[in-house]
Amino acid sequence: MSFELFLFYVFAAITVFGAACVITVRNPVHAAMFLVLTFFSTACIWMLLEAEFLAITLVLVYVGAVMVLFLFVVMMLDVNVEPLREGFVKYLPWGAAVGLLMFIEMAFLITERYFRSENYPIPAASAADYSNTQELGRLLYDKFLFQFEVAAVILLVAIVAAIALTMRRRPETKYQKPHQQVDVKKSDRLRIVQMPTEKR
Amino acid sequence: MLTLPHYLTLGAILFCLSMVGIFLNRKNVIILLMSIELMLLSVNMNFVAFSRFLEEGSGQVFVFFILTVAAAEAAIGLAILVVLFRNRSTINVADLDTLKG
Repeated sequence: MSFELFLFYVFAAITVFGAACVITVRNPVHAAMFLVLTFFSTACIWMLLEAEFLAITLVLVYVGAVMVLFLFVVMMLDVNVEPLREGFVKYLPWGAAVGLLMFIEMAFLITERYFRSENYPIPAASAADYSNTQELGRLLYDKFLFQFEVAAVILLVAIVAAIALTMRRRPETKYQKPHQQVDVKKSDRLRIVQMPTEKR
Repeated sequence: MLTLPHYLTLGAILFCLSMVGIFLNRKNVIILLMSIELMLLSVNMNFVAFSRFLEEGSGQVFVFFILTVAAAEAAIGLAILVVLFRNRSTINVADLDTLKG
């Protein structure tokens, strides 16, 4: 067994363990942390596949942004998890059966002749000065430029949607009206009264 | 040696696990969202593996776009979740029957 294969098995075991914990643990915070573990070990596996840029992106974007967002929301909402767990045991046999069936189907497909390892010879390791990021950038900004811009628009729409959904004006809060403050005239605020001085 | 079926099997296992997760946690929207993230991850695993073994960079670009869409989906999903909790004080899927008619 080569060292690469050993690494793959270690990271794959961690990934599967993390995924199994995500769907079974009681506490949503723990589930989010196990999801972080899963993403992290998946990034390591992608390193084995020489997709360095995507591995780093997975850690930065998922662990750094999306999972922190998940944790924020989980901690912000004071959710009582007990009623959410009901039916867990009841659906366990069905879920396990469907999952197993699906896996058997996929295993048939994978072991079928199309995906045999002899049809996909192991490519030679890239040269030391080969840059995965450079290659990806060349593809992204040349061949896939239009799709790249569509992705940017999708992100913009997501920002607008997330802010528009969660922003609210509380009726009981008092706000300043700047245009009225700017428009105010001296006669609105200042009243000059004349009164006789008092006798000593 | 580390061959393509290794990666495909790992992707299949991940996908089935997240499928089971959707079955088990059908009341909890947060775990449902996490299961969807896991599914997208397993799909990405296949894309990266094929990109490596076919020596074709387009697969990795596709993973890039999937990551983008998944991040957008997570942000909007969590925003909907926050609004839902604010209005209904619950995230139990069984209680969300306003549109039942």
